[in-house]
Amino acid sequence: MEIITYVMSNLSLLAQLTLEHIALVVVAVGLACLMGVPLGIAITQNERIARVVLYTASIIITIPSIALFGIMIPVLSVIGHGIGYVPAVIAVLLYSQLPIIRNTYTAINNVSPGLREAARGIGMTSMQRLRLVEIPLSVPIIMAGVRTAVVMNIGVMAIAAYIGAGGLGVLISRGISQSDPRQLIVGAIAVSLLAIVADTLLLALQKRLTPKGMQS
Amino acid sequence: MINIENLTKIFDTKQGVVTAADHITMQVPEGEICVLLGPSGCGKTTTLKMVNRIVTPTSGRVLINGEDTTQQDTVTLRRNIGYVIQQIGLFPNMTIAENISIVPKLIGWNKKRYTKRASELLEMVGMDPGTFLKRYPNELSGGQQQRIGVIRALAADPPVMLMDEPFGAIDPINREVIQDEFLKLQRLLKKTIMFVSHDIDEAVKMASRIAIFREGKLVQYDTPDDLLSHPKNDFVKGFVGSDRALKRLQLVTVEEVLDTETAVVKMNDSLSQALAKMDDAGYERAIILVDDARRPIGYISRSVAQANQGDCSKHYANLRSVVRLEDNLRTVASKMFTHDATWLPCVNSEGILEGCVTQRGITRHLGATYKAVQ
Repeated sequence: MEIITYVMSNLSLLAQLTLEHIALVVVAVGLACLMGVPLGIAITQNERIARVVLYTASIIITIPSIALFGIMIPVLSVIGHGIGYVPAVIAVLLYSQLPIIRNTYTAINNVSPGLREAARGIGMTSMQRLRLVEIPLSVPIIMAGVRTAVVMNIGVMAIAAYIGAGGLGVLISRGISQSDPRQLIVGAIAVSLLAIVADTLLLALQKRLTPKGMQS
Repeated sequence: MINIENLTKIFDTKQGVVTAADHITMQVPEGEICVLLGPSGCGKTTTLKMVNRIVTPTSGRVLINGEDTTQQDTVTLRRNIGYVIQQIGLFPNMTIAENISIVPKLIGWNKKRYTKRASELLEMVGMDPGTFLKRYPNELSGGQQQRIGVIRALAADPPVMLMDEPFGAIDPINREVIQDEFLKLQRLLKKTIMFVSHDIDEAVKMASRIAIFREGKLVQYDTPDDLLSHPKNDFVKGFVGSDRALKRLQLVTVEEVLDTETAVVKMNDSLSQALAKMDDAGYERAIILVDDARRPIGYISRSVAQANQGDCSKHYANLRSVVRLEDNLRTVASKMFTHDATWLPCVNSEGILEGCVTQRGITRHLGATYKAVQ
């Protein structure tokens, strides 16, 4: 099959693009966690702010990625990064906010009132309660949010090839512009495979991070 | 000891101002269990939670061992009070060992000390440290979990404990067991305890003193026996139940009403001797037959002694039941009803006759407190 020949003769290119793709997503989602998890914890303190933040995040996610990239070209050109990896990472970071913030917020709010009262009553400060009880109990759900973000954005990052970010989307865009079905198909399958593998690995990680007392 | 002075809590709700607790003033002496009792919404839980400031008082103060707690930092205050709640609240992500050690760890005990303490406490409640220390709460039954909840509260050895319907989530059979265990533990540890309950029977069983609440006010604060024999008003009467005389019975043991001067007959005595003894002692119906070691074997009834001749050994009837010194009078009354007996012999742990308990004796004891007031 032509496709297999193509793969065999372009292994190093495929490897390089895959690694680029992974790096882009990891950096973007990693930054999204650093931003989204604390934000999710913070909004549990205030109902009204929580509603605003979650609403904003859910609006962002409705913006089609091509449009978001398009908007960022003029905006980021000011600092010389209108195209390339910077807008790609920023876009994925923004898309990841909703699953991460919402899952964090929901998980912490769902810690049972009995546990919260027990923690308060025996003399934990709010920080101690977060660190020792609420966050460990929320880790499985937060991880699930991270998984959603990663899998979704592996697909989004494929589109980022159009603004010069690199990654497996390059094969897809070339396949379209050069009318080369081999590149197109290999690119598409590679993105899907990457998403499946990432999901499986992250699921294993989620299970490992689930506190032992909560594994049924 | 706990001193509560004019403790008040007023809530501003959509329906207006609600006084959940109205100038509550009471003292819990050291080493005693005070049960806060009342119907839903009476203010008992609010009052309890104002002691460790889970609920912030509107006014009034709480003194623990003489110190005014309103000046104390909330977190320090709570670490010095054991807190047990109905939902148990064991942290599912921590092992039993970690759950028990949580407060000692927070106040800075070293690992050796708090690990040893956790093992000690588990042994006190009859749970093997080797098995349970490394388990997780979801592997334990409800009763086991609540025992851990109680010892978690005791871990840092606080002088005071607050318990909010702690056994409410446990099934009735295990609840009795765990109440008994807790009373045994308390006899050892002598903590000063405030215990919220809505169950009059639990209160009568557990309390040195009962505080009855209604609509935010403290209505009556007495020992269980005083509460049952002298309820202040119709509300309290209704709350303790119209069977309050029977409830009082469980507070008294056989030992307190025992008639120790019991005349007896032996196997070799004749029936006429039995009759004579019965007349001497003023027994209308029967006399107990014992062996040489003074262990009760049966009884000789007056009618049998009058109608026959011969030795007691050939004319006795079997004992219907016996009671022991430590039995409470409720058990005795139950046995009397079961066996249609107006009197029962009492034996000690070796089976030797200590005396007799009669229906009249019980009534007299209950009546004595009524007469004392008049």
